[in-house]
Amino acid sequence: MAPPAQSHRSPSPSQPSGKGEVSDLKTQLRQLAGSRAPGTDDTKRELFKKVISYMTIGIDVSSVFSEMVMCSATSDIVLKKMCYLYVGNYAKHNPDLALLTINFLQRDCKDEDPMIRGLALRSLCSLGVANLVEYLVGPLGNGLKDGNSYVRMVAAVGVLKLYHLSASTCLDADFPPLLKQLMLKDKDAQVVANCLTSLQEIWSLEASTSEEAARERETLLSKPVVYYFLNRMKEFSEWAQCIVLELVSKYVPVDSEEIFDIMNLLEDRLHHANGAVVLATIKVFLHMTLSMTDVHQQVYERIKAPLLTLVSSGSPEQSYAVLSHLHLLVMRAPYIFSSDYKHFYCQYNEPFYVKKLKLDMLTAVANESNTYEIVTELCEYVANVDIPMARESIRAVGKIALQQYDVNAIVDRLLQFLEMEKEHVTAETLVLVKDLLRKYPQWSHDCIAVVGNISSKNVQEPKAKAALIWMLGEYAQDMQDSPYILEGLVENWDEENSAEVRLHLLTAVMKCFLRRAPETQKALGDALAAGVADFHQDVHDRALLYYRLLKYDVSVAERIVNPPKQAVSVFADTQSSEMKDRIFDEFNSLSVVYQKPSYMFTDKEHRGPFAFSEELGSLSIGTEPSDGAVAAQRVEANDKDLLLGTSEKEESHGYGNNGSAYNAPSYDASTTAGASQGHFDLVSIDQPSTLHPPSSFAIDDLLGLGMPAAPSSAPPALLLNAKATIDPNAFQQKWRQLPVSLSQETSIDPQGVAGMTNPQALPQHMQGHSINCIASGGQAPNFKFFFFAQKAEGSSAYLVECVINSSSCKVQLKIKTDDQATSQAFSELFQSALSKFGST
Amino acid sequence: MISQFFVLSQRGDNIVFRDYRRDVQKGSAEIFFRKVKFWKEDGKEEAPPVFNLDGVNYFHVKVVGLLFVATTRTNLSPSLALELLQRIARAIKDYLGVLNEESMRKNFVLVYELLDEVIDFGYVQTTSTEVLKSYVFNEPIVIDAARLPTLGPAALFMQGNKRMPGTAVTKSVVANEPGGRKREEIFVDIIEKISVTFSSSGYVLTSEIDGTIQMKSYLSGNPEIRLALNDDLHIGRGSVPSFGYSRSSGTGAVILDDCNFHESVHMDSFDVDRTLSLVPPDGEFPVMNYRITQEFKPPFTINTLIEEAGSLKAEVILKIRAEFPSSVTANTILIEMPLPTYTTRVNFDLERGIVGQNADFKESQKKLEWNIKKIVGGSEHTLRAKLNFSQELHGNITKEAGPVSLTFTIPMYNPSRLQVKYLQIAKKSKTANPYRWVRYVTQANSYVARI
Repeated sequence: MAPPAQSHRSPSPSQPSGKGEVSDLKTQLRQLAGSRAPGTDDTKRELFKKVISYMTIGIDVSSVFSEMVMCSATSDIVLKKMCYLYVGNYAKHNPDLALLTINFLQRDCKDEDPMIRGLALRSLCSLGVANLVEYLVGPLGNGLKDGNSYVRMVAAVGVLKLYHLSASTCLDADFPPLLKQLMLKDKDAQVVANCLTSLQEIWSLEASTSEEAARERETLLSKPVVYYFLNRMKEFSEWAQCIVLELVSKYVPVDSEEIFDIMNLLEDRLHHANGAVVLATIKVFLHMTLSMTDVHQQVYERIKAPLLTLVSSGSPEQSYAVLSHLHLLVMRAPYIFSSDYKHFYCQYNEPFYVKKLKLDMLTAVANESNTYEIVTELCEYVANVDIPMARESIRAVGKIALQQYDVNAIVDRLLQFLEMEKEHVTAETLVLVKDLLRKYPQWSHDCIAVVGNISSKNVQEPKAKAALIWMLGEYAQDMQDSPYILEGLVENWDEENSAEVRLHLLTAVMKCFLRRAPETQKALGDALAAGVADFHQDVHDRALLYYRLLKYDVSVAERIVNPPKQAVSVFADTQSSEMKDRIFDEFNSLSVVYQKPSYMFTDKEHRGPFAFSEELGSLSIGTEPSDGAVAAQRVEANDKDLLLGTSEKEESHGYGNNGSAYNAPSYDASTTAGASQGHFDLVSIDQPSTLHPPSSFAIDDLLGLGMPAAPSSAPPALLLNAKATIDPNAFQQKWRQLPVSLSQETSIDPQGVAGMTNPQALPQHMQGHSINCIASGGQAPNFKFFFFAQKAEGSSAYLVECVINSSSCKVQLKIKTDDQATSQAFSELFQSALSKFGST
Repeated sequence: MISQFFVLSQRGDNIVFRDYRRDVQKGSAEIFFRKVKFWKEDGKEEAPPVFNLDGVNYFHVKVVGLLFVATTRTNLSPSLALELLQRIARAIKDYLGVLNEESMRKNFVLVYELLDEVIDFGYVQTTSTEVLKSYVFNEPIVIDAARLPTLGPAALFMQGNKRMPGTAVTKSVVANEPGGRKREEIFVDIIEKISVTFSSSGYVLTSEIDGTIQMKSYLSGNPEIRLALNDDLHIGRGSVPSFGYSRSSGTGAVILDDCNFHESVHMDSFDVDRTLSLVPPDGEFPVMNYRITQEFKPPFTINTLIEEAGSLKAEVILKIRAEFPSSVTANTILIEMPLPTYTTRVNFDLERGIVGQNADFKESQKKLEWNIKKIVGGSEHTLRAKLNFSQELHGNITKEAGPVSLTFTIPMYNPSRLQVKYLQIAKKSKTANPYRWVRYVTQANSYVARI
């Protein structure tokens, strides 16, 4: 048995050290145990209180266990409760002692006072001792049939507790069917709600091993059950309503009539004062209308006002939770709040976490008509004494500028920031001006005139300094002092702590030299010498590279270091649309606050009852590669300034046409991959191998085994490699890189659906058609599969995401391939294979 | 589902700690507190109310300086968890009368009793004070409310010398009054928090009222109550974009942008006669929350004048004018204004003859603070401050200072003109007529004048 998991933290001086006091208590309790003198209960109360207060502050009082049990023979309910609390806390780690309590708990379970029956049953089930489960079955069974709703309520949760202690005992006693009966007929709404939560948890956990449990879990989502809950909605407490609404959001109505009925029924829940109820209702509305574009828009209009009321009526913490959801919605439908932008103006007394979200909202709702006012407001915050707020506001202005609204005016404002002569404002603005110039080179004249006036001595933050240096190099011929400023910076090489800045300095001096050689020669020499001697590996390598390039051929050096650049049209989006969809699926959960799908922050066993199980999770988006080495590279690549990453991206892009090794992927295809792609020395080496999965041996195999792959009826022209293989990491990478070539909806044979209770059935079937399952997951009614197939001749690969809804028999396909010409043929082949599933 | 619930004092001590699922380690309270305390090195950023650490999600809300925390490993609804924490705090307050560290420590056994019934195995059972009453047996040890600082909630409703029965706000729903009799009474408070931003030229840029009709009932026998609001109350601004200032203020109608209601509220006759009916549960709860962006008259106007006086000196003149009727008095007005960082010394010139006002320069924050105890409607107050700088002024001083912000409380005044016209209690017996208190109060939420 594990030792008690009490935290033995050293008590602060104000708190008793424990030992002496505990043994004192022990003696006193012992004296009281047998006493029947009047007033004993009061003395006991005081002692019990002391014990519990020690327990609370983390002192181990398990040594008085037997004394506590001895004193528990009382009719005083307050005493009983304290005793139950104590026992519940220590029984798990003192199973022998726990046995002592069974007697009096079982006796109390038969007390005539329902309150005592309930309390005792709750404590009995909370002991958490696996050896004692046999003592639970009887009282639990009686509890479920008890005439008092309080006892039934406790028993319904008790069944779940028993299940976690010993699943087999719980199932053998047939408790789940009993719960189901109770759920569908009990008069007390809280009993019903507890039955539902217990059943959801039990059947979800069982579903992976038992077909029956999977079916039972599906029946919770069946029309009769969902309607039963909907009809009793008003009886439930607000918290139980949240649980029911979550269930309803998973229900798939048959037709639009049904959808409208449900929405009309739930309409008044939008006016509930409890934000959790409102958000749960909104989830139902949004998910049900997903396929009905018009109605979906109406829903957005409808939920606007209630959401804004929640933002302003609750505590800042509650506003934060609601604002996170608003942000998610506004990313999907920016127009919905575009005329309500003033709601997102920051109030001076709000905590930073709320202000930050409001700034995000302001950048998201900015459009042609409101940009001027929003930016004016943001400029007020920039002048704010609150420095983090000022920085965030500048970033917000920059983001709006990059969205292409009213750029002209915004550039003026940004340049005014530089004139404010506040260090943090200057630093933040420089970084932005750099990004703006990369997107709008036409503004370079105005910007450079102002930037040129900034003394590099006033810029200390590495990011800002790097940005300034980049501009000095990039616009060397327009900035008169550029070589001299750079020279000054090179002179102070040793004092520059940031490797990032030194890297930029090298590149900037190079660029400057290529344009204004005579003035820069000395600085370049010094910089290369200092760079080669630098202790930082990257700086050293880059200096050496430049040195050798120059030695080899200056014109080649120019083409590499300073090629003509194209303006950046879109900056890499950090989140794929798929990831955003997945977060939207998990509306009203932490995923929205963290802006991550749940598989990225929860363990598998803690995912919700109906969530996808996630082998495919890491696969489909996989921002965190499982391979440690790759992860390390990623981190490094991300650590580099975006500026570095992207400027080199441009360079390598420009040069890639020559067919050299720098064939980094083109910009459009790389939008999801972020910074990692720009880092050419890492990626360009990896990529050829992953872009073209090894296929030579597969072709050899085909000679012998290729034929079974061909479907017998109406054979499509396309033949697949029966033994195509790909490792999940490569699949994942490829899935990210390729655009969707085909997206289709189809249906599956209901008989096939019946076969899906065995998770291996479909993958095996598809394998017979030379389509291999890479990952699968999900729970009824939604299953998700990733398939991979390869053309028999040549290396073209097909990647398929296949989502099957087993209750509606609908299938959604997303096919990606590097051979667009055959994607339609492949899709037909895939669907014909799928349609045979279940019919054989 | 919730794994653990605990309450921490400001120093990070556990006041209560309840583990429901045993799937999060016991040391979570300590881990949590360290994380929140050192969220950012500079201590300038507050930890957000929700964060994830090693697979454990921590939710917290701050209530009267205490941290109410819940942990979970599941992907729970953040609104649910945060709302729950607030409700637990409210239920505890209903029981103890006063919610603070002392009352929690004195009554921790009672609090455990509550927690046992509020959450079972991580699932919320009830937070209704009314329902909880039948499960909770400990008598609260009521701490002496008189020792509370006068700025507590009780002081909120004091209007001049007419003292409202402030003690009611700190009365437990279960504890008996001395003498064993419970006083039959009900409080309906209309609390409006207003946010106004003035442009540097004095125009209203944005304004909003966030209102709550709060009820606290000490009536026995749960009688039904009818609450009649203004006849001309409208909900929803229709197609009118919010903040679209029109000349509509002349019509006199009260237009709510939106509102929501407590569970117990029935709106059957609301459309006909603007009446809400409900059976109030025990304890304090919001009957209705509402939001108004309709134009209203701001209770204060602020005028700021900054004049440079030589290269190392400047003078700030702050004028504040109370725009409400002279029968109303605002309390505890605080005017703050950040000054340029290179300000070294400030000399104040206060108007004479006004009791209880003072001005101060908070050097560490470089902020001017001007306190006024009371301002009578229609009056005007001025403060002159002479600033001394350590470096020569360059550029525009208005970019280095401000904005001016105000906090205040105005009892028996509400800018929205929303009213409770009558409060009807369905009488069970003809004997005692319960006391009914309908009180109004306006507070500044964010009241800012740019310079």
